Amino acid sequence: MRYIKGEAFKYLCMAATVIALMLLALLMWDAWDKGAGWLSLKFLNSFPSRFPEQAGIKSALWGSIWLMILTAIISIPLGVGAAIYLEEYARRTWLTRIIEINISNLAGVPSIVYGILGLALFVRGLMLGRSLLAGALTMALLILPIIIISSQEAIRAVPKSIREASYALGSTKWQTVRHHVLPAALPGILTGNILSLSRAMGEAAPLIMIGALTFIAFTPAGPFDPFTALPIQIFNWASRPKAEFQFLAAAGILVLLALLLAMNAAAIIIRNKYQRYIKW
Amino acid sequence: MDRLRIQRGHIPYLSEFFHSIKLDRLRMQRIRELAIEKALFLCALVSVLTTIGIVLVLIFETLSFFEEVPILEFLTGTTWAPTYRPQHFGVLPLINGTIMIAAGAAVIAIPLGIASSVYLSEYASAKVRQTVKPVLEILAGIPTVVYGYFAISFITPLIREFIPDANIFNAASASIVVGIMILPMVSSLSEDAMRSVPRSLREGAYALGSTRFDVSTKIVVPAALSGILASFVLAISRAVGETMAVTLAAGATPKMTLNFFESIQTMTAYIVQVSLGDTPHGSIEYQTIFAVGMVLFIMTLLMNIVSMWIKERYREVYS
Repeated sequence: MRYIKGEAFKYLCMAATVIALMLLALLMWDAWDKGAGWLSLKFLNSFPSRFPEQAGIKSALWGSIWLMILTAIISIPLGVGAAIYLEEYARRTWLTRIIEINISNLAGVPSIVYGILGLALFVRGLMLGRSLLAGALTMALLILPIIIISSQEAIRAVPKSIREASYALGSTKWQTVRHHVLPAALPGILTGNILSLSRAMGEAAPLIMIGALTFIAFTPAGPFDPFTALPIQIFNWASRPKAEFQFLAAAGILVLLALLLAMNAAAIIIRNKYQRYIKW
Repeated sequence: MDRLRIQRGHIPYLSEFFHSIKLDRLRMQRIRELAIEKALFLCALVSVLTTIGIVLVLIFETLSFFEEVPILEFLTGTTWAPTYRPQHFGVLPLINGTIMIAAGAAVIAIPLGIASSVYLSEYASAKVRQTVKPVLEILAGIPTVVYGYFAISFITPLIREFIPDANIFNAASASIVVGIMILPMVSSLSEDAMRSVPRSLREGAYALGSTRFDVSTKIVVPAALSGILASFVLAISRAVGETMAVTLAAGATPKMTLNFFESIQTMTAYIVQVSLGDTPHGSIEYQTIFAVGMVLFIMTLLMNIVSMWIKERYREVYS
């Protein structure tokens, strides 16, 4: 009897895991089944249109690429800088403690709340309007906590002996950080940053809040241009009742997932490549 | 006297010359070190400023909203109709919708998540765990708009197959996909908690003749309970803040209902609906998004704090 109970429990737990994996497969298959037929070079290279046969994601694709580059430029220096400060410089004071609690709380704030902040602060306050820059600033604030936390972990993984050896040779704090801690932590930092950016890549809610548009028949030429992005274009198509637009949404999803996959693969390759060289 | 003047004017000795350069360099270096430290500190401060920014923006606009609408009406009213005349600003239907989605998602994610975390932590071989865990975490990395699409293109037709009366937009469909979305959060965090239960506890139980089932349910789960509960709260908080899937699948009809097959509206979906429309800046409709955002922010913040508190307060420490 005990044996039967144990086996039943085992298979129950296994079934739950298999169900979760099957759901993932189902999700992918559903998008592939409906969207693959609509994927083509023309789809990648056309602007959105009222006519599903002519519609494409050129403006959304370029908008997303612009957005990612600007977000990276803003958030990576800030996030890595904050992580260096918290790990290497900060003394254990109440202020440091507040900053750390605050970062872990920020990581749990819903993305749409960042959209509200972006709307009030960047779109209205700084008068950036519905521009790429306003979107990138909002996204940068959104992923900043994740960038900081992952960079902190990477920096913390560098053994203390490396720092002490550097100090023993007469280096200053910054020289130690710049020439020893950062290079050693770089693969971990890069991996974390790429994964954070891929989170920003899929976010739609904050961009809708700050007013990213859906019908844009041009690609942005600078950070002050209005823009659209892949998740917003997908949302727009998915919310139309007509079946053809649903298929377009699925095709857009495939492009988005392919980009995310590429980013994740890059992160894994970087980690594996450098892990081989660094051994303590 | 003459020699002294020459010394001061022309620095005739090379060693002194280098000494003064060295002093200068040290001073420069000290200034540079200090400047770098201050700059890095400012980077860390940005996160605090973000929080202050969020709180100030929400408070500022919410206060001017409460000048028009009494706070009591907002918090206790059961009709939410800011765009119709007469206007009603009772937020309870939106909160009701949000809680329905979160509860529905929890019903899906908690049993599946905890069972799969027990499997991964206690039954699966190291090889299976190392492949399955990252694959499951892919589910957490899929953009929420994709879940929304999955809900309307797959789950909703499936539900309507069995329950023909179900609305084309319904809470059940949105709950299911949000449940799938937060599942890896439950399973991954719970599994981490279970794996940090020391091996000696398990071995002690096996030595007393326990089966694997006994060890899992009576030793590992209770010992890891703080981490497991914290993961539940965190996952539910994520469900509360989820936006795109509920906007696409759950509908835009704020109502006080508990029927999962009706169209409802959550707080997040309402905020999206307003910002998609052309609401003039400064109008009362525009201000509602800040008031609703404030409620959402407070709810998720409280849940995150509770999650952290559970983890700290009830952590079992083994040396």
